[in-house]
Amino acid sequence: MANSSSSTSEALRQTLQLKLDYDQLTNCMRCGFCLPACPTFKETGIEAESPRGRIALMKAAVDGLMEPDVRFEEQMSHCLGCRACEPACPADVKYGQLIEQARDAIEDHTTQHRVWVKGVRKLVFKQLFPHQGRMKMLGKGLRFYQRSGLQSVVRKTGAVKLFSKQLSSLERILPKASGKGVVDQLGTRIPAKGKKIATVGMFRGCLMDTLFMETNYKTVGLLTEAGFEVVIPDQQNCCGALHAHSGETTQAKELAKNNIRAFQEAGVDYIISNAGGCGAILVEYDHLLHDEPEWQEQSLWFAKRVKDISAILVEKGNPLLFNNSNDKSEPVRITYQDSCHLKNVMKAGAAPRKLLSSLPNVDFVEMQDAGSCCGSAGIYNVTQPEMANQILDHKMQHVNATRPHYIVTSNPGCLLQMKLGIDKHADNNQMQAIHIVDFLYERMKGLN
Amino acid sequence: MNNTIKQELRDIVGQNYFKDDEESLVTHSYDGTPMLQSLPDGVIYPKDTAEVSAIMKILNRNHVPLVSRGSGTNLCGGTVPVQGGVVMVMHRMNAILEVDLQNLTATVQPGMITKQFIEHVEGMGLFYPPDPSSMSISTIGGNIAECSGGLRGLKYGTTKDYVLGLECVLASGEIVRTGGKLMKDVAGYDLTKLLIGSEGTLAIITEATLKLIPMPKHKKTMLAMFTDLYSAARTVSHIIENRIIPATLEFMDNPTIKVVDDYAKLGLPLDMAAILLIEQDGEPEMVERDIQRISEICREEQAAQISIANNQEEALKLLTARRSAFTALARLRPTTILEDATVPRSKIAEMVLEINRIALKYNVQICTFGHAGDGNLHPTATTDARDKEEIHRVEEAFAEIFEAAIALGGTITGEHGVGLVKAPFLEWKVGAAGIELMKGIKLAFDPMHLLNPGKIFAKETRRRVVLNRG
Repeated sequence: MANSSSSTSEALRQTLQLKLDYDQLTNCMRCGFCLPACPTFKETGIEAESPRGRIALMKAAVDGLMEPDVRFEEQMSHCLGCRACEPACPADVKYGQLIEQARDAIEDHTTQHRVWVKGVRKLVFKQLFPHQGRMKMLGKGLRFYQRSGLQSVVRKTGAVKLFSKQLSSLERILPKASGKGVVDQLGTRIPAKGKKIATVGMFRGCLMDTLFMETNYKTVGLLTEAGFEVVIPDQQNCCGALHAHSGETTQAKELAKNNIRAFQEAGVDYIISNAGGCGAILVEYDHLLHDEPEWQEQSLWFAKRVKDISAILVEKGNPLLFNNSNDKSEPVRITYQDSCHLKNVMKAGAAPRKLLSSLPNVDFVEMQDAGSCCGSAGIYNVTQPEMANQILDHKMQHVNATRPHYIVTSNPGCLLQMKLGIDKHADNNQMQAIHIVDFLYERMKGLN
Repeated sequence: MNNTIKQELRDIVGQNYFKDDEESLVTHSYDGTPMLQSLPDGVIYPKDTAEVSAIMKILNRNHVPLVSRGSGTNLCGGTVPVQGGVVMVMHRMNAILEVDLQNLTATVQPGMITKQFIEHVEGMGLFYPPDPSSMSISTIGGNIAECSGGLRGLKYGTTKDYVLGLECVLASGEIVRTGGKLMKDVAGYDLTKLLIGSEGTLAIITEATLKLIPMPKHKKTMLAMFTDLYSAARTVSHIIENRIIPATLEFMDNPTIKVVDDYAKLGLPLDMAAILLIEQDGEPEMVERDIQRISEICREEQAAQISIANNQEEALKLLTARRSAFTALARLRPTTILEDATVPRSKIAEMVLEINRIALKYNVQICTFGHAGDGNLHPTATTDARDKEEIHRVEEAFAEIFEAAIALGGTITGEHGVGLVKAPFLEWKVGAAGIELMKGIKLAFDPMHLLNPGKIFAKETRRRVVLNRG
């Protein structure tokens, strides 16, 4: 295997040539407008850590100007995939697609993952997320761990230190898990309260339905109160976002097809997601399946119907939902951390703000750089802990400056990351991170 | 560049701040200019003036070229390392050293991001007018090196009007200070002004003292559309003749209007020959009076449509068309070539007609927008770098556009700089004696041609295009 390094990179170059969209690479005119939008560039000030730099590297690898070596692979995995560069790009370069294509190519060749990252990837991508039943089992296991006293034994005995540092901080902030999903609790069809506005299909998500089952339950509550009939097709599965972002495209496509079938059978007007990370891939299923002509019509049908919970409440929901002059709920100050994919891909960053600032007795304070990634980014905070922590440290400075009672978010990954941030950095022990659905639901209850 | 030199450089800045891996070289081989790429031999990130000086001494001793740069957003190939050597990135030197409220000056390091600086002083009720469209990422050092302009040039001038003093490092490594917190200073040649716009070919700027002015209290925005190009151009002249200097006086021609409308779906009337976007700022009474007078002038010149914004929201709507121009053009084709030929503002109409004629002649798409108030136009070609034959026609067209600008008393570049791209045309503007004079200045500063070599001066001047005005 004397020559393995250069033959691997030559093979990788060929795969990159095959998979990267050369038109998109050419469309980058290197104006640099993406640089101030990029969290990893902001943290490092290094051109290679910017979208313009990464595109230049991809193009140089394809053009034969450089070898796609280990550092090339590392640079591709440093990207958070937050896609904040896309709205900043005058030329409309599809950076999100390019980075996924590059990772897809690298995934075909790589031998470079550290052993435990490899383990995590295999567990997450192949054995866990595609199987809702296993996710539930995991939820049950976690629930047992948390409630049986095992958790406190692990913590007290110091066994928690056996996890990597990053995993052990995550272990501390994990919410109470549930072994029962939203369908077990509510069934698959829940009628609208009052006059029905539309029938919506709920995308329950895999993390959302185990770690954040309460949020799913309350999502259904908000939707039905707002006038929607809710259908939850039980055949749906993981959205495939983590797979697509990490180069596991084939698997992502299979997951997408199954979801499209499930929601088409249910015959819904809209498909509602309460996780920006899931919503963003759902809304791009047409792109994910673009090279499979027989799926074109169905994937477009699906993508056009996808809406975030905040967006559907703002655009179509009963406007009286939160509008009550007799409101007696406790006055609170809140701030909002954008879900990158809700803002940059679903283009629905305004909807949560509109809802939050309309609530009585809620003082909504915008923090500096709310639209910049928190460092969670799927499994990034597990695979790239150093950069993720650096980003989180800066994020918490901006959070603390607004002195909020609640940091509201729209995505489970961001929510966990903000909990981690509070655990590590909060000036104020009253501060809580909360999903927007949970916050709205409590406020709605306060009105009734 | 051998390993001994590399080690010496690492000894100065530390292991992490000199890089020579392929990733670093590739990502410092380009700037914002289309179709240019050349790999350096190393990239260095100094933290202060002393490091810059020490680095320069080593490079000088070993005859290694150096290209200093900020964010690499320039449009003239000004920071592409065409002769290799070391690229010096100034991002770590990004502090505001002082804002002096008694003298209304700010002293900053060159890596300071322009927009962050502007926001910082605006928070203190002060104003730094130069606003190049790349300001969200461009650096003050880069703006000084290129003498950047922007939308506010007509009333407030450009970067050169706001630099009072500089600290810089010469090719020899010596540190020189010019000017100061001084509104008057005639002690010898004006080295400050000489360094502004010198494109990194004379010295490395390591600190700048900038002039600040009070923030205007009020601003008002209006838009006027014209079916006749000449009446739009006359409107520009008449506004100035009436002793009104607007803060912004922007222009879009018919091809740009069509492209923008197609992109932003603004419902713009497509039969208009030109749109003028006008802003005035200052004391509220004066702003109201000026805007009223400007709209009268527009009416006298048969403007087809005039809209005046009553609030910030309406102003933003009026600004949308002009703000979308670059984005709309950039999305049209893979390659966007944006030039900055500039003429006396009384010649705007003639220049636009020349550009349109030339575009037709070479069968290329060129849309023109820009800063009508200061005569600085942006004829923008949308093309595809992979189509060599078309690129050749685009280049021919631009050569003729430069020639036309000079014939109208204008210049080949108003705010982007000469760099590589316009070096073959420089002699057309400044003449052979002018070139020799500039070469003499270069030699006095940098006798071994180490600082940003290959820029400004071309190996060969391009043969002049013979204008056919038939």
